[in-house]
Amino acid sequence: MLIDCPWCGERPLHEFTYGGDANTTRPLESTNKDPGEDLAAWMDHVYLRANPAGPHKEYWHHVSGCRSWLIVTRDTTTHIIDQVAFAAPRAKEVQE
Amino acid sequence: MRYSARSLLRNALSGQKHWPKVWREPEPKPAYDVIIVGGGGHGLATAHYLARNHGITNVAVLEKGYLGNGNIGRNTTIVRSNYLCPANIAFNDHSLKLWENLSSELNYNVMLSQRGVLNVFHTPAQRDAAIRRGNAMALQGVDAVLLDRKDVKKLVPIIDTSAKARFPIMGGLLQPRGGSVRHDAVAWGYARSADAQGIDVIQNCEVTGFTIENGKVLGVQTSLGAIKAKKVAICVAGRSSLVGAMAGLRLPIESHVLQSYVTEPVKPILDTVVSFGAAHFAVVQSDKGGLVFNGDLDGYNSYAQRGNMQTLTSAAACAASFMPCFGRLRMLRHWGGINDMTMDGSPIITKTPVKGLYFNGGWCYGGFKGTPASGWTYAHLIANDQPHDLAAKFTLSRFETGLTLNESGHGPMPGEH
Amino acid sequence: MNQQSNRLPNGGMIDRSRVINFSFDRRFYTGHQGDTLASALMANGVTLTGRSFKYHRPRGIYTAGPEEPNALVTLGHGARTEPNIAATTVELFEGLEAFSQNRWPSLRFDLLAINSLFKPLLSAGFYYKTFMWPRSFWYALYEPMIRRAAGLGALQNEPDPDHYEHSHIHCDILIVGAGPAGLVAASEAAKTGARVLLVDDQQTPGGYLSGEQLEIDHKPTKQWVCHIKDQLRLKEHVQMLSRTTVVGRYDGMTFSAVERVCDHLGDQQAQAADLPRQRLWTIHAKQFICAAGAIERPLVFDNNDCPGVMLAGAARSYLNRYGVLPGRDVIVFTNNDDAYRTARDLSAAGADVSVVDTRKSAAGAAILPADIKIFYEHALTEIAGTIQVTSAHITPLSGEGEKHLKTCDLICVSGGWNPTTHLLSHLGQRPDWSEDIAAFSLAEPGDNAFVAGGAAGSFDLADTLEKAAQAGCHAAKACGLDAGEQTPSPLVPQDFTYGIDAFWKMPDHLCDGSKSFVDLQNDVTVGDLQLAQREGFGHAEHAKRYTTLGMGTDQGKLSNVNALGILSQLRGKTLAETGTTTYRPLYGPVALGTLAGQQKGAAFAPVRHSAIHAWHAAQGAVLTHAGLWLRPYYYPRPGEDFAAAVKREVLAVRSSVGMVDVSTLGKIEMKGPDAGVFLDRLYINSFSKMKIGRARYGAMLREDGMMFDDGTVSRLARNHYFITVTTVNAGPVLAHMEFCHQTIWPELDVQFCTVSENWAAMAVAGPKSRDVLASVIDELDLDNEAFPFMAVGNGTINGAFVRIFRISFSGELAYEVYADARVGQGVWEAIMFAGQSMGITAYGTEAMTVMRTEKGHVAGPELDGRTTAHDLGLGRMMSQKKDFIGRRMAHRDGLVLDTTKQLVGLKPVEAGASFKMGAHLVEDPTLIGPDVSQGHVTTAVYSPSCDHFIGLALLDGGRKRIGEQIFVVSPLHNEQIEAVISEPVFVDPEGERTHV
Repeated sequence: MLIDCPWCGERPLHEFTYGGDANTTRPLESTNKDPGEDLAAWMDHVYLRANPAGPHKEYWHHVSGCRSWLIVTRDTTTHIIDQVAFAAPRAKEVQE
Repeated sequence: MRYSARSLLRNALSGQKHWPKVWREPEPKPAYDVIIVGGGGHGLATAHYLARNHGITNVAVLEKGYLGNGNIGRNTTIVRSNYLCPANIAFNDHSLKLWENLSSELNYNVMLSQRGVLNVFHTPAQRDAAIRRGNAMALQGVDAVLLDRKDVKKLVPIIDTSAKARFPIMGGLLQPRGGSVRHDAVAWGYARSADAQGIDVIQNCEVTGFTIENGKVLGVQTSLGAIKAKKVAICVAGRSSLVGAMAGLRLPIESHVLQSYVTEPVKPILDTVVSFGAAHFAVVQSDKGGLVFNGDLDGYNSYAQRGNMQTLTSAAACAASFMPCFGRLRMLRHWGGINDMTMDGSPIITKTPVKGLYFNGGWCYGGFKGTPASGWTYAHLIANDQPHDLAAKFTLSRFETGLTLNESGHGPMPGEH
Repeated sequence: MNQQSNRLPNGGMIDRSRVINFSFDRRFYTGHQGDTLASALMANGVTLTGRSFKYHRPRGIYTAGPEEPNALVTLGHGARTEPNIAATTVELFEGLEAFSQNRWPSLRFDLLAINSLFKPLLSAGFYYKTFMWPRSFWYALYEPMIRRAAGLGALQNEPDPDHYEHSHIHCDILIVGAGPAGLVAASEAAKTGARVLLVDDQQTPGGYLSGEQLEIDHKPTKQWVCHIKDQLRLKEHVQMLSRTTVVGRYDGMTFSAVERVCDHLGDQQAQAADLPRQRLWTIHAKQFICAAGAIERPLVFDNNDCPGVMLAGAARSYLNRYGVLPGRDVIVFTNNDDAYRTARDLSAAGADVSVVDTRKSAAGAAILPADIKIFYEHALTEIAGTIQVTSAHITPLSGEGEKHLKTCDLICVSGGWNPTTHLLSHLGQRPDWSEDIAAFSLAEPGDNAFVAGGAAGSFDLADTLEKAAQAGCHAAKACGLDAGEQTPSPLVPQDFTYGIDAFWKMPDHLCDGSKSFVDLQNDVTVGDLQLAQREGFGHAEHAKRYTTLGMGTDQGKLSNVNALGILSQLRGKTLAETGTTTYRPLYGPVALGTLAGQQKGAAFAPVRHSAIHAWHAAQGAVLTHAGLWLRPYYYPRPGEDFAAAVKREVLAVRSSVGMVDVSTLGKIEMKGPDAGVFLDRLYINSFSKMKIGRARYGAMLREDGMMFDDGTVSRLARNHYFITVTTVNAGPVLAHMEFCHQTIWPELDVQFCTVSENWAAMAVAGPKSRDVLASVIDELDLDNEAFPFMAVGNGTINGAFVRIFRISFSGELAYEVYADARVGQGVWEAIMFAGQSMGITAYGTEAMTVMRTEKGHVAGPELDGRTTAHDLGLGRMMSQKKDFIGRRMAHRDGLVLDTTKQLVGLKPVEAGASFKMGAHLVEDPTLIGPDVSQGHVTTAVYSPSCDHFIGLALLDGGRKRIGEQIFVVSPLHNEQIEAVISEPVFVDPEGERTHV
């Protein structure tokens, strides 16, 4: 499997590590809140996964390359990669 | 037909022409007391114990493909109870006890071979972790023996115990009762037994949805039509998230590929099941002579039952390094099973928010060895609507309270367990 | 026996001028350059080559390729022994030694052949039904017996002495198979400038043409093949790999191939050349052309496993390629026309040939001389012979009419040809049943893939050449290259149109089934498949598992399709309905050493040494493993054991001064206006308001609220921080920081990178550490007022720039000195020199562990991924005023209870008693059960400062139990002592020593 890193180009799988589901968003500041109130949102972020069979938006880290975190859209039934983008929009600006 | 010396001989003399079908091929009835979704090892074991332990036989097991086509037929066949978390030790040792009696219970030889399971350690830190684990086992009455380097060499002469090894071996933790089982036979034995007790085991019947009204399950929709049921039990590890989603469940599970590798058959060279602390790697020699290996997960969500080359070469590097004579041994085939990896590395056997709907999954690496106890405790849960003591901690709510059963100590990144 | 009695005086692709000596079962033979072991054995009249797996039936050479199920031998001796090698794949070399297997005491007389007598009993599924009575006999008798019978050849317990390589190759078009299809596709694609990689498993290209007597463009095929090969060789962008098998196709157009670099050379030559034995290629291609040919199927009839029964194509190959006459009295038994070529060629070579065809007529008959008798709608029955076939009956299929007894020494069988589509199916694509060739093929090979020749089910050379050229063009076009005009196909003679009628097994009245072998290697018979079907295991996947069909070293290359055909018949289904079982890599067996490549033994993983390692080594330090690092464990002096050395090192630090190498710590340099904010969000405590020139202990959690790592964060300038993380977490913490920065807070203006390799680090600790350091450092005032506890500053030692951090892990007055790794050892030696008069002592990781335990500082064993800051007594560090990673989940109901496992200290009640790490804490040591353990010892050391054992432990509700007694048990060691639960600090509880 090759991943087309937007910074480095096509690189083999072993340069990357997997970072899991990229669909969840970290809930905002948890201070000053009743601890019970936001548990569902945190559960959803930390533990619960859609785990689809098909296209999956997920994090990959180009750990033996440019060290960018990427968001990769990959089909979990065929492993075919459809899209690769920087996780940080800012990183993209740097490239341009 | 009961298998006995007499029935064997009679059939041998008559050209094996009189063996009956091992199970019926029934059409689904319109309604059942219990429907088990998934005709793998766990589903079939659950069916067997529902009948045997609870007298519940108006049961259908629905399998979308052929019986046992999931992980029961794709694993490395290892059974053991050398866990760390007390709940996992208790559960898996109950399983091991059931394994020990399974052939005679099912009148089907599942070829249990208790040649010991050895975890080798390489560093003082790994040794201390092994001692912690071994003591945890011993305190539950489970067999555990600490070995030094010489003992390891004596037990498994092909291991490189020299100081030249990159990670020289210090010793190992042995569970003598651990071993291996002929995996396919487990599915077949349970299916045969469930069938004989009147349970309908239905192949090529895919569940496509659940009928749920007012928070209560009323049945399932299948590729063979709708079937009503008082209780429905999901048992589809590998595809838990997909089937769960049909009932509105969002689960703390990711699906990952775990590869298995098998080599050419050679004369017996490795008696013990061995795993190593220096890498995720386990090896067992089957009764046919092939060496069967496991390595790391491929490391990303997948439903494709095949693995990549990188993980294979890493596993081969382990084999050739830890057991240097394996360098010339040839690998024949590698395949992947889809593992339900939970967020803490421990399984889930639980009621769900839907009344009458039960969930069993999240087996991580432990599905095969857990098969009998999973069936035993799941049947209990289904029959009584109350968890069995041995599985009482395998809840979904443990993630909300934080009282997780973190077997490996890794965080909520299932691919790292 | 006459040497090479079956060798013809001429013909074939062998070099008769070069004689090669070899042995089989210690008897010596000769062959020629170009022979395989199989062809050489056959030339010498050796027909019996092995015994079958289960029944130990005599078996001979069945094929001429890697699909061989029978002729498996053990090659070589000693550490180079290789079991289960197909004799058909072994190129002959001088001194080759081969041995038959699975027999005892000898190949001709094998005691376990007695298994054949129990054959009626030993049917499929036999094991599952038996060996259960009485139960104890299973363990004591049956199971050991089954295990002993396992396996074919034996592996030696000696390390593999050879070495292997991994290589990568990128190309536009990968073509697998250098037969006619592959060659034409390659030359057509190469024309466009495409980077072509042509891979073939034989030593020379040509594929099946090597075994035929054919002409292409009015030239013998050998010339035509050479011509194309030479043309391809001239092209720089074309690469050819011979003796290379593509064994797997993986995601993203990645393929794996094994090149047998020197298996054909023999040990001595190979060693002299210092070549790797084999090379594993990872191939990245844009387009793939599968031209892997086809594999012939056997016919299934009683005693079809007798030596002397052979595939028709194989017999032709032995004749035409190796100049060996495999038999003189030959029956060709077929259901298709291709076998007629075998009849023609063998007859032309002087053999007496009869043809038995299951069909009514055959187009192939046209090529036979008139004197060859053809029996249509006949089959072979009553094959006689034990270690060599001697006769057979030619029997009408209907069972009515005359049977003919024919003496024979060779039966050539052909049940049709299966396109080799494995590589097209490795990603899950299933081939479809094609009725006109009675085989499975892939008409639609999927994205980026093409298929040509036999692999495409084309058994006509003209058609193959035409379509292969097309495939070459199309593949090049798909790479965006201009293919231009397709080269006109070369001229080939037309003989007949290939025809076949599927014939899966003999009618029941002509066979017993239990002796009709479907899988020759695993001894699976028609009877076994019938039994499987009868018992409900008729699904192809069930039947395969129930009977073990296709599980041998040949992976069912000969048997699978026949089995599917038989099962379909038994189930009354079509083959299209039945489908195939899954094709899995590897295509052929691959040595684990080849797969491992260079990564084995001492090179299994890299070794990391600190910049000061040479000094440690010179001092005779005993090393220990920490991840990939090798670190000084302790520095024994003459006569000292582990305990004595560690005690001396600890006491030196506690009473005077010592120094430890801490270069393995992860180090991160961080800059930017938002660096402080970023750190506040990463750590449970705060750094944005920390004074410049100060350091602070920091702890970070995972998002699930568990402790992740700890270390120090120092502020070097307003927007500049220096961070240390634990050795094992150096990588993970950096990745975590990058994750947080890039995916959660990309708006923060902060930059950081690892500087772990750039700095050597050493901790100088003990009451005299200031004196030592002050005597050697310039440009920094170490006075307690000027440079207090947790101060950070810069200075120079012997002119080398150093950063000094006044932090302490040991609990003594201490300084960490960071220097450029390139001068790290010089700085270390300078401090050592300066401290000599004060008795400065180098100490290792064990002394460090002892001292951190005395101080109750947590480390790896406590940070085991299951503990919270609250558990470790760091709960109060968790800021209430800010969000940070893990904050929310750390406050879950179950994690804030006072019953969680909490860090405590342990002292034995009896002063001299000891206990071990990994021991458990119990209230009643006589009990057993899931709730008996209340915690475990994370660290246990003898404390020279206290002069007794001390430990740290995680104990249920531990903090409230301080002062109580508990049992510390290690059932593994049969040890049990009583201990007092204490505060987890044993030395200087107020921390005064660090402040002096």
